[in-house]
Amino acid sequence: MDKQQYELNKGLAQMLKGGVIMDVTTPEQAKIAEKAGACAVMALERIPADIRAAGGVSRMSDPAMIKSIQDAVSIPVMAKCRIGHFVEAQILQAIEIDYIDESEVLSPADDVYHINKRAFKVPFVCGARDLGEALRRISEGAAMIRTKGEPGTGDVVQAVRHMRRMNAGIAKVAALREDELFEAAKKLEVPYELVVYVHEHKKLPVVNFAAGGVATPADAALMMQLGADGVFVGSGIFKSGDPAKRAAAIVQAVTNYEDADLLARVSANLGEAMVGINADEIKTIMEERGK
Amino acid sequence: MRIAVLAVQGAFREHEEMLARLGCETQEIRALSDFGQPTQWDGIILPGGESTTQGKLLRELGLFQPLQRAIRDGLPVLATCAGLILLAEKLTDDPTVHLGTLPVTVRRNAYGRQLGSFTCKASCGQLKEVPMVFIRAPYIEQTDKDVEILATVDGHVVAVRYQNQLGLSFHPELTEDTRMHESFLRLAADYAQRKTKIA
Repeated sequence: MDKQQYELNKGLAQMLKGGVIMDVTTPEQAKIAEKAGACAVMALERIPADIRAAGGVSRMSDPAMIKSIQDAVSIPVMAKCRIGHFVEAQILQAIEIDYIDESEVLSPADDVYHINKRAFKVPFVCGARDLGEALRRISEGAAMIRTKGEPGTGDVVQAVRHMRRMNAGIAKVAALREDELFEAAKKLEVPYELVVYVHEHKKLPVVNFAAGGVATPADAALMMQLGADGVFVGSGIFKSGDPAKRAAAIVQAVTNYEDADLLARVSANLGEAMVGINADEIKTIMEERGK
Repeated sequence: MRIAVLAVQGAFREHEEMLARLGCETQEIRALSDFGQPTQWDGIILPGGESTTQGKLLRELGLFQPLQRAIRDGLPVLATCAGLILLAEKLTDDPTVHLGTLPVTVRRNAYGRQLGSFTCKASCGQLKEVPMVFIRAPYIEQTDKDVEILATVDGHVVAVRYQNQLGLSFHPELTEDTRMHESFLRLAADYAQRKTKIA
């Protein structure tokens, strides 16, 4: 990927800011999401809650299924490939996906190497729990970052932890003296140039979304107040009682995340939220995948 | 000068940073109460993002009609990408109309998906060699006779002016080139002057 293409790919993420990206498994769900105001959809065969319930190996979705979602909506369509599975990524690029999520939600295909995302024209988003992970993914070519959360649980605690850790990491680098940045790069195990960027701009060089466990408008607004540029909602919408209404409410909450009166209004009468799993009670810890 | 920036979704911060570099004050519009009295503004920016999301939020937040009225009453507007779609009177193969104040027909996602996104340089009105960033961009298929065509790329219209409205397919806010925003601020300055005279 040349520099110009990378700028275009970062630019698409910039256009998604202040928006909600929703997991969908059928063209019908994709249409509901688009109508509710989603700024993009993530096409996958099973949402994380079901992946967690089903267990076993979880892989890239059927390209035919992804295509049916591309045909159903006019907003950008993303899809997931396994960590390190560059052939799944090649297939997703071949069907002209708008963004690839190299995702810990699927079973990792490689326990050492991530995909060399610089070798692709299509943009990638990757999960990160802290500044080091984020800058390593960016160095590999990711054009967008998201927190990892603990997918499919409906428990927002990890997303909060990752976002706070990221902010703390950025604040720390920003406060360093210039001659301390070399040591910081060594400790973070990331390229020096990226550390300099964070030092100078007090932010990541790419857009940073919240993901994992967001189930209510309040969860979404919480992540925005903590500094997220936007929000991914996975299982939280289509595992709830009234998906269309909940989706629209989360979209509103992300726009006016500091307006408590509006948040109260859109949070009212949404029906049942996804039941969720307490993240401490689960065996498969997805956030540990890919460091 | 006071410029409002529609901030319901998308790349609004980039426009704010651009105007800050030009020494211009901006205010984010996320709710009807932010917009308040339209006469307090000298211009408004409709940023890039997703037009379906923005159009829906404009309606839900009660901003739709006040904004439409203000633009019809002459408030200068700079609309980029999704913003252009919001302004268009008609969309190709799509019955949706948002503000509908700009008499043009716009094709959404005209260059296809993200793999079709590109950059180039072209003249825009009096400006030469303007860097243009197209991201899942629309282009303008038809224009009313009173619409001034400012720029074409590969035979497609990508920038127009109609009275107080400046509509662009591309994203000047993602470049280092401030000239498009300066042109817009000149429109806003003229408008501010006329407002003061009338007052």
